[in-house]
Order: sequence, then C-alpha cells, then structure tokens
Amino acid sequence: MAVETMTDIPVSTPIKRAKRESQTALMWRRFKRHRLALVSLWIVALFYLIAILAEFLAPHDPGAYSARYTYAPPQGLQLFSTDENGGWRFFPHVNGYSTEVDREAMRRIFVVDPEIEIPVQFLAPSDPYLLAGVIPMSVKLIGVTEARAPFYILGADRLGRDLLSRLIHGTRISLSIGLAGVTLSLFFGIIIGGFAGYYGGWFDSAVMRVIEFIRSMPTIPLWLGLAAAMPKDWSALQTYFAITIILSLIGWTELARVVRGRFLSLRTEDFVTAAQLDGASDWRIITRHMVPSFMSHIIAAATLAIPGMILAETALSFLGLGLQAPIVSWGTLLQDAQNIRTLASAPWLLAPGVCVVIIILSMNFFGDGLRDAADPHGR
Amino acid sequence: MLGFIGKRLIAMILTMWAVSFVAFAIIQLPPGDYLTTYIATLAANGDRVDPATIEALRRQYGFGEPYMIQYWKWVSGIIFRGDFGQSFEWEAPVTTLIWGRLGNSILLEGLAVIVMWLVALPIGIYAAVRKYSLGDYLATIGGFIGLAIPNFFFALILMYLSFIWFGETIGGLFSPGMENARWSPARVWDFLSHAWAPILVLSMAGTAELIRILRANLLDELKKPYVTTARAKGLSEFRTIMKYPVRVALNPLVSTIGWLLPALVSSSVIVSVVLNLPTAGPLLLRSLTSQDMFLAGAIIMLLGMLTVIGTLISDLLLAWIDPRIRYGSK
Amino acid sequence: MGCVMRLIPMGGKNMTQKPILSIADMSIVFSSPDEADIEAVRQVDLTLTPGKTLALVGESGCGKSVTARAVLRLLDKNALIQRGSITFEPKGEKPVDIAKLKQDSLPLRAIRGNQISMIFQEPMSSLSPVHTIGDQIDEMMTIHEGLKPKQARERTVALLDQVGIPGARERADAYPFQLSGGLRQRAMIAMALACKPQVLIADEPTTALDVTTQAQILDLLRQLQADFGMAMLFITHDLGVVAEIADEVAVMYLGDVVEQGSVFDVFAAPKHPYTQALMSSIPKMARKADRVRLSPIKGTVPAPKDRPEGCAFTSRCPHAFEPCPTIRPARTDLGNGHHARCHLLTRVPVEEPA
Repeated sequence: MAVETMTDIPVSTPIKRAKRESQTALMWRRFKRHRLALVSLWIVALFYLIAILAEFLAPHDPGAYSARYTYAPPQGLQLFSTDENGGWRFFPHVNGYSTEVDREAMRRIFVVDPEIEIPVQFLAPSDPYLLAGVIPMSVKLIGVTEARAPFYILGADRLGRDLLSRLIHGTRISLSIGLAGVTLSLFFGIIIGGFAGYYGGWFDSAVMRVIEFIRSMPTIPLWLGLAAAMPKDWSALQTYFAITIILSLIGWTELARVVRGRFLSLRTEDFVTAAQLDGASDWRIITRHMVPSFMSHIIAAATLAIPGMILAETALSFLGLGLQAPIVSWGTLLQDAQNIRTLASAPWLLAPGVCVVIIILSMNFFGDGLRDAADPHGR
Repeated sequence: MLGFIGKRLIAMILTMWAVSFVAFAIIQLPPGDYLTTYIATLAANGDRVDPATIEALRRQYGFGEPYMIQYWKWVSGIIFRGDFGQSFEWEAPVTTLIWGRLGNSILLEGLAVIVMWLVALPIGIYAAVRKYSLGDYLATIGGFIGLAIPNFFFALILMYLSFIWFGETIGGLFSPGMENARWSPARVWDFLSHAWAPILVLSMAGTAELIRILRANLLDELKKPYVTTARAKGLSEFRTIMKYPVRVALNPLVSTIGWLLPALVSSSVIVSVVLNLPTAGPLLLRSLTSQDMFLAGAIIMLLGMLTVIGTLISDLLLAWIDPRIRYGSK
Repeated sequence: MGCVMRLIPMGGKNMTQKPILSIADMSIVFSSPDEADIEAVRQVDLTLTPGKTLALVGESGCGKSVTARAVLRLLDKNALIQRGSITFEPKGEKPVDIAKLKQDSLPLRAIRGNQISMIFQEPMSSLSPVHTIGDQIDEMMTIHEGLKPKQARERTVALLDQVGIPGARERADAYPFQLSGGLRQRAMIAMALACKPQVLIADEPTTALDVTTQAQILDLLRQLQADFGMAMLFITHDLGVVAEIADEVAVMYLGDVVEQGSVFDVFAAPKHPYTQALMSSIPKMARKADRVRLSPIKGTVPAPKDRPEGCAFTSRCPHAFEPCPTIRPARTDLGNGHHARCHLLTRVPVEEPA
C-alpha cells in the first residue's frame, strides 16, 4: 500500500489539473441545464454592459435639467411612422408634447402629442465625453437631431431631467456598489472564515459568536446608524466608499460562514492530510489545495450576496442616509418617488424600482443555478 | 429543559450586553459629543445657555471622561433608572418618546409574523404535497417575486395603486380622531383598515421565505419512512401528512423565526417611513438625520433587544415542540 | 431427515387451510419522466396462509420490498400495479382485491394496520421522532377500534409488555431516540400487532440490528405468530434467517420470483440455477476435510433496463442456452407447491425426481 501511494504522488498533479479543467466544463454543462439561470445570466450581463457603457447609452447627461419640461411623461420610442396614405415608413421618432394647465394643482401638465414627430437618430453626434472615464467619444447610441427638442423616452423628473439617462447612470452606481461591497465582504469573509475554519479552536468559536450576533441584529437600523455618522461634507467618492464599507461590515458574515463551513469539512479530507504529510505549508495547502476545490461554491455564494447589497444600498439611499444627491443610484432616484402626490402624477418615477426587481430576480436565479451546478451532490 | 432555558437566558443577556455596546458606539460615532451639539442647538435657537444645567448634564453623562465610564453611566441609567438619556431635539427624556412608538412597532411586527404563518403554512404544505403542480409553480414563482421586491418599493406601489384606484392615500395607523382614543371595537376596526397595508408589505418577504423553507423541509420529510408507517397504520392521507411530516417540518420552521425577525424589524423601519406610520422607524430616521444620538441609540438598542427576545422565544418554542432538543439528543 | 417428518404433517395441514392472501400474476411498473418505464416486479404469484410464514428472499433491488409494499398499496405515486390481483380473504368475510382499491379510500384504510400490518427495516426512521412511542401505538387502536385515549394507552402498555419491553408504562412516554435499536424494533412490532392483524408483513425487520438482537427479534416474531395465529410475509436477504423463521420461501431475482416452495424443498433441492448458486454461496459448517470453497455468483446484477426479455438470470447463468434471453420461462409446477421459472425444467422434464 505504502509503495502504491508513493508512486501516486508524481502522477497526482497532472491528474488534478486535468480534473479541474473538466470540472469547470462540467459545471458549465450543469449550469446550462437551468434554462431560467441561463436567461438570468444574459440579463445580468446586459445590465452590467449598460453600466459599463452608461455614457454611450444615455442620451443626456444625468444632471442636465430643463425647467421647461418638469415631469414630462414618457414619450416612448417609435421606429415607424404612418403617412397620410396609411403606409409604413421607417422613421425613428418620438412624439412631442403639448401643454395643458391643471387649474387645481396650478401647474402645467404635459401630454404626449402624436401630431408632433421629432426625428431620432441612432449613433447621434454629441458633445465630446469620456466613455467609462477613459475613452474619448463624441457619439451616442441615440439622440434627437434637433438640439432643442424634448427627448424623454422614459419621462422626466421634478427638474426636467431625463429619467432614462439617470436610470442608466444609476445602474452603474447601484451595480458597482453591489459588486464592490461583495468583493470587500468576500475579502473579509475568506480571511476570517478561512482562519476560523482552518484553525478551529477558540478563534473559531469567537468568530462564530460574532457572526451570530451580527446576524441577529436588524440590519437597517444598524446601517442607518453607521451611515448617519458620515460627515456631510464628504465628497461623492468618499461617501461611495464609506457606504461600501458599511454594507460589507455586515455582509461579510454570510460569506465567512460559507467559507468556514467549507474549510471545516475539507480539513479532514484525505487530500489535505496528504498535503500536510508532504510537508506543505499551511499557506500552500490553503491556496493551492483547499481554495480551488471550493472556489465555485464561493462564487455562487458571492453571487447570491450581491442582490442583498444592491437592496441595502437602494434602501439606505432611499431613506436619504446612503448616497447623496449628485450621485445617481436607483435608491437616490426612488427618493423622488416618496411623495404620493408626485407619484400619482408621475408614476414613471417608479422605474428604478422595476430595475431593482429585475436585477434581483435574475441575480437570484443565476446564483441558484450556479450553486446547483457547483454542488454535484446537491440533488 | 431547565438547563436549556438557563443557557439560553445567559446567552440572551450576553447578546443584549453586546447590543447595548453597539448602540453606544453608534451614539459616540458622530464627531463632537452630544453636549456640544446640545449647546450649539440651544445657542442657535437664541436660548440662554444655563451653565448650571450644562454642568449637571456633564456630570450625569460623564462627558469628557473615558468612553468606558460614559458607557457605564449611560447603561446604568438605563438599567437602574430606566433613563435612556435626553433627546435634545424634542427636549424631552427619550423614554417619553419611544414607548408608544415601540409598542406600535411590536404590534405591527407581531401581526406580520402571524399573517406570515397563516398564509405560508397552507401554501407551503400544498406546494410540497402537490409537487410540480400548477399551484406549486405559482407558489414558487410568487415566492421568488416576493423575495425580489424591496419592501419599500412594494409599499410605494401599494400607495400608488390605492390612490389611483380608490383615490385614498394609505398611511398612518389610525384615523386622525382615533389616535388617542381608548381601544374599542371601533378603534380596532379603524386600526385594521389602516394596518392591512403595512402588514401585507411586512409579511410578504417573510411569507415567501417561509413557504420556500416549509416546502423544502416537507419534501424531505415526506420521503421519510415514518410517513409510510403512518400510512400503513390506516390513517387517512390528510391526517398522515398533518400529524407526522408537517409536524416534524414545523420544527426547523420555528427556528427560522430567529433570523426572520431581524429582517422584519429592519423592513418595518423603512416601510414605516414610506407609509408614515407612528412606529419607531420614522423616529429613528429623524433622530439620525438630526444627530439626536441618545434617541437614535435607544431606538437601535431597543430594536436589537426586540430581535434578541424574539429569538429567545423562538428557541424556547422550538425546545417545547421538539423533544430531540428538549432531551438533548443530537 | 427428521425435518421431513416435521414438514409432511404441516404440509398436510396446508392443504386444508385456505390462503388468506393471494397475490396472482402481479406486475408493478415504475415510470419516470426521463427514462423508460421499468417493470420492477413481473407476474408474481404468492400465497399466505394463516399461521404460516412465507419468506421472500433476494438481493437488494430485486423487487421484494416493492412486492411487500404493494400489498398495502404503499408504493410511491410513480409505481403502478399494472396487472394481477392481490386477493385478501379474511376468515368469514368476502374476498377483496386490494389492487383494485382506491388510494386513501375507507376500505383500504380499514385493512391497513387493522387486518394487515407491517414492520419496517429501520425502526429509528420508521417511527416519528417527535411523537412518543405510546402516542404512535395508541393511534392504531383509536383509529381502528375507536378506543378512548386512556383505554388505548392501557392496551399499549400491555402490548409493550408482551413484546418484552421492560418498564413498559414509562417507556410508552419515551421518544424513539431514547430507546435502543432492539427496543425500538420491539415497539414497532407492538404497534403492528396492536389491532391483532391477520397478516403481518415484515420488511427486513432485523437487517438494521446486530446479530444478538436479531435472534431475539426473530424469536419474538415466531412466538407472537404462534400466539396470534397470523400469516406472515417475511422479507429478507439473509438465507440463514429464512431457514430459521420461514415455512415457505420465494426467491426473487430482478423482479421475477424464480423459485418458490416449502423451505425444505427449496433448500434441499433448488431447481433454479440462481437458487442453486445462492445455496452454494452460503458457508456451511463442515469438517475441515469436507470444506468446499464458497462459490460466488459470477458477474453482477444488470440494471433493470438491461434485463433481457426472457429469463432475467441469463447473463449470469452457467446453463444459459438459446431460449433463455428471448423467451420468458413459464412457471413450472414441480409438485408439492414447488414452482420454478427455468427453461431447463421444461427442456428436460424429468431430470431427477422431485
């Protein structure tokens, strides 16, 4: 027996590598079987693409306001136009507005007027800008040819800002904060959970108590308390990072629990014992043997943690204690929809909420599919 | 059993101590101490600052002394005198501000828990017993959506729909005349006609979660041999399922209360803000924005305590219904 | 030869006793959405007689448990009794075809537990973990005999005492996890016997127990059978247990009953190659000089979907010839209730006197 194991060792490395490659392929094959998860993956990818290409996709600057078009309703985008003879013609356009005066509310109301057709151009030239802050460009996906014409596909807000553009830029902030929060949580989670799981003992039980405690606290009040302590004069970037850190302060617990559980169960596996007997250092065992064997689980757990982060940011910003005004996120956008009077006259302000629901649903399906694919034993 | 309760009680006290520490840390977080803010506010209002009052406050809360001493003064005040400190914004002791609102919070959250269970039990059982039926699919889809809709967004939609359809603004817990009336059938009715919306919003995510857990647990249990034994006894299918697998599947469900509660308390804060409910949530938000830290700290601590006590209750309930825990088997 | 002396008079009694349960030509098919249907049990014929024990032997997956469960209609939803009948004819009552009864119907429920009851393999998982033993036994009498809880508990205590559980009154309030494996199985037996059933189905009741406890449980079952006079269907994979407890034996292989008859006939002169192979694979007590090397059966049991049309044992049979894979061997009567399904028996009808 001893001789056999000895001869096994040199062979084991290439075998292991081959197995890992096929494992990824296997995971992908298993993942593809979940049709819902696959569709969700595309939706998630689309959202992130939007976040990356925000400047190119958004027709306006998110902060550009126009006192002329406050609460202008959504125009929608029409690709065809009918002429007098009832024929069809490819003519991308939006309809203009006509105004009525609401005497009760003492303000102007805009109505989409199908008579007015404002031509729309794809790849429209625009003022120069930097795509994702690096690539200089001066063309946008879509724009109106007449510079002064109103162009509000999804409607406008209180200051006449284009909701679509703000939504697209908000996507960037909300999705990136989810990603950043999870990355940070993952960092803490792997380090703390890894130590606890690998070494066990008093450190493990102390960590578990702390995790239990944090998880038994209602998160929103805690987050609010922490967020409220942020100095008001911090810059947008500072707030952004502060919020990320605040979210991770609670978010790491779930990931640490997963990592710890994995470490705990792997610690007694034969291949870890074998590596220890080979005299491999703890660091090497952890990074080369243990982490690769549960990376897929961690990725799945991290994916499932992103929706919580996005939700938390949205909630905090919605309450006014998260990201602050010049930054556009789904949460800050929804802040405008808090008032029922506003909401009644401009229901399109709820659109960011719809985005939240879609991304959370897809992230959950995607994460579930990933987890099922990563765990061959789970069903 | 007594040993179990004792152990839980000790754990609860330790957790509460930790909660108080966190709350105190949050009180201390904002730059500058409470007293400075207080004096600044008084001065801003043009009030004369009485040095004697300031000195009394400084002594009472130990400002300027080490954090541990301040913490002790704060916490001992709470324990021995029920004194949570002073709200400088309202210029009143914190205790006079929070109890009524906290009561409303507890009432709403309690009702939401009850509704969750009442709705989730039959649906979860149905979904598991009729696996892959239309009803099961609907429950699963509904569950996913229920978990994906942020509660405040749901509240906004509800507000919008009720305004558009019925021309009513939902919000508050009582009609203006009923706020301070004594409890009577009329007041209960008034309460319910207001509270259905927050209860619906609050219980949605929890219901979805409970259905999912119950369905998964029950599917596991339905495969167990003791179910076959019960059938072999000649029990009707309904009784078989209700008496055995459902009963066993309830145990882990009871223990989920422990971690559903923090989420419930969290969402009640934000939903209360949206629906303008007289609960602890809006008060917390307001105290935080105005840096009224003793009030905020007290609310955070009490909300934390609320979940701790809720978890204790669910633990005891679990021990009561599950003999394996009561008798300390694995 | 002393055995023969014992068996012949009993065989004579066998003629006069009417069978209480007869399974005739029963086939059970499992369907699944992803795969082809599997016929887990093929045209099985079995009869149970009051006071007698029929042992159903076979390897795991051969369909013996499925057959037993079918008698009480305890199969999962994806299993269907496709053909055949399960006729239950209690003394002085009209015969009922259990295979035709509706699931969850009153007549079926009146039979379950009351007239036919069952003991399962794993007493731990077969008893509810959150109800006391007493609660679970009381229930039998409250549902079938309408006893009040108090009366039921009295009977339960008596039953627990009868199956040899010490301190029966206190143990009735114990939970399954507080009892040892042997006591749990005794409690399970007490439960099965609560309503004095006429047929007892024991599905590997001793498999999960250690050998000493096994022997005690077998003794208990034998003694209780003598006391109650019930018919017993005993499922096992242990030929030693068969020899100890059964009067008759049916050997199953991949859904087929390949051979059945009195224990003496089958053990002494197995006719089917599978039975023969089984017999030569059990160790025998012998003097050192006479010892023979155990001969395991060649090959492995094929998956049900790879089972040939004809005799299921073809792939491993040393005597297999042309008709075996394609033509299903008929159930051949070898006299004295001894039957076997093998082409060898029909090709050479009189190879050796039965």
